Amino acid sequence: MTSQETTGDRQAESRRYSLVPLADQGVLVDCGETIDVETNRWIDAAARAVNAAAIAGVTGVVPTYRSLTVEYDSTTTTQDTLTTRLDALLATLTVASRRYRRFHVPVVYGGEYGLDFDDFCRRHALSREEVIALHTAPDYRVFMIGFMPGFAYLGGLEAQLHTPRRDSPRTRTPAGSISVGGQQTAVSSVEAPSGWHLLGRTPVRTFDPQREPPILIEAGDSVRFEAIDEARFRALQADPDWQPAWEWMS
Amino acid sequence: MASDSMTSDPMTNDAMKASAALRVSAPGMLTTLQDGGRPGQGHLGVPPSGALDAMSLALANALVGNAPETGALEITLLGPTLVVEGGNCAVAVAGDVEMLLNDCRVDAFCSLWLRDGDVLKVRRVLSGARAYLAVAGGFRATPFLGSVATLARAGIGGFEGRALLADDRLELAAPGSGQASVGRVGEQHLPQREKRPIRVVLGPQAAHFARAKQARFFSAEWAISTLADRMGYRLTGPALASAKGHNIVSDALLTGSVQVPGDGQPIIAMNDRGTTGGYPKIATVIRADLARLGQMKPGDRLRFEAVDVAHAEALWRGRQQEFQAYLERLSG
Repeated sequence: MTSQETTGDRQAESRRYSLVPLADQGVLVDCGETIDVETNRWIDAAARAVNAAAIAGVTGVVPTYRSLTVEYDSTTTTQDTLTTRLDALLATLTVASRRYRRFHVPVVYGGEYGLDFDDFCRRHALSREEVIALHTAPDYRVFMIGFMPGFAYLGGLEAQLHTPRRDSPRTRTPAGSISVGGQQTAVSSVEAPSGWHLLGRTPVRTFDPQREPPILIEAGDSVRFEAIDEARFRALQADPDWQPAWEWMS
Repeated sequence: MASDSMTSDPMTNDAMKASAALRVSAPGMLTTLQDGGRPGQGHLGVPPSGALDAMSLALANALVGNAPETGALEITLLGPTLVVEGGNCAVAVAGDVEMLLNDCRVDAFCSLWLRDGDVLKVRRVLSGARAYLAVAGGFRATPFLGSVATLARAGIGGFEGRALLADDRLELAAPGSGQASVGRVGEQHLPQREKRPIRVVLGPQAAHFARAKQARFFSAEWAISTLADRMGYRLTGPALASAKGHNIVSDALLTGSVQVPGDGQPIIAMNDRGTTGGYPKIATVIRADLARLGQMKPGDRLRFEAVDVAHAEALWRGRQQEFQAYLERLSG
């Protein structure tokens, strides 16, 4: 396993993974129980390589923190053929540093927009300003899009803000919730149940079926939070044409 | 693009077309527009949705001359009452249902010609959980990511992104078509008639469970609880404790992934599932048994049987070939 990626842009990475059958529906390229940037970058590269290879019978590719699910149609190919092909592809996989987008996501923290914010501050013995400063400091990597359409799981949360999930999940949390669960933070996309701590809300619609593209942020992109006040939140939310700023990063 | 002279005639034509519809007099328990779904969008967090019993969907469509994955109404247990408005249309239902046309019993698996003002009432599903009502030419709906399948949770697909409500007007994409198919009769193909265990391939996280727990998974009889919907079925039976805990770093779910949360009671992920999940998955249902699984409902009992991948693939390939050939005979 490589623990650093400073040795160059392109490097064939030999990485331990296993290929696990998902019945006759898919193959799981599994890197095990891990949440780290290097693994996630390798998976992102693997997803791109599988897509680029346009393997006959492959019907979908789902990258997550720690694995890549490759779905296939067994009337077109067999799992035997597919796993041979995947092994060959992954053996020579290079993890190139690639361009990605950094989204600026405004957040109104606390109050009715972040029901758990005050408790969260007390729990960590931090002031509101300190929590906001810590939460808006990093460029978060989008480790995966999952659970709901456009729901972005972000890695890189300051260790001081890591917080076990709530004992009892809420049955409804609003779209655009900015929350913390364990060592992760997230941007939610549609109203959904959640056991995470709600810190605030963003007017960014990461999922909008009327927009092209409907899903704004993808795995491998990054997110920077910026604190805004309630008035600004309302103004942005009321503007149907507003979209968050972003720039290319490399 | 279009000249003035071109827009005037089609407008009258469009106005006529727009007037042909099925009006929902009663929506039934849960009636949604479903098609072949939107597979391959898991990387966007979008589940496939689509008909839980894809075979019955294909059959209903074939009976009115549609392509197999055309959008049709998925009826759950108690069916809708529909009134034809502003035109005629050919419809067919695939499923084990009790159904009335203007208060007279009519058969499923048979293409019917409905006239303006006719009332079609699907009273209930007799065996299984679902039936599919297809109309020749399909319903008018706006696709999302290539599919009109309803995903109510995200408000996409179908009619306004939700299940049918009373007084909805379901516009037809090609009213008056399909007359040639009228009287076409299909076999009473019902996946729920196949009484055998649901076949699975172990994994991907079967190793989280001790051998004895894996054995229990296969020896137990499971009941589908009342928490069973298009997202997933919760089962009740012996608790399957995981030796490594019940949280994993999230990975993808497929339709038929059998997750085991902390209470040890498995959940089978279905078409409207979340695309990822954080519980270990003891097994994955094979494709050949998904349609039959899709016909199950609360209170039904089931067992699991392990098969290997090659066997699962052979079963699916054989079944698909046979079914495709049948659909072609039916349409031809």
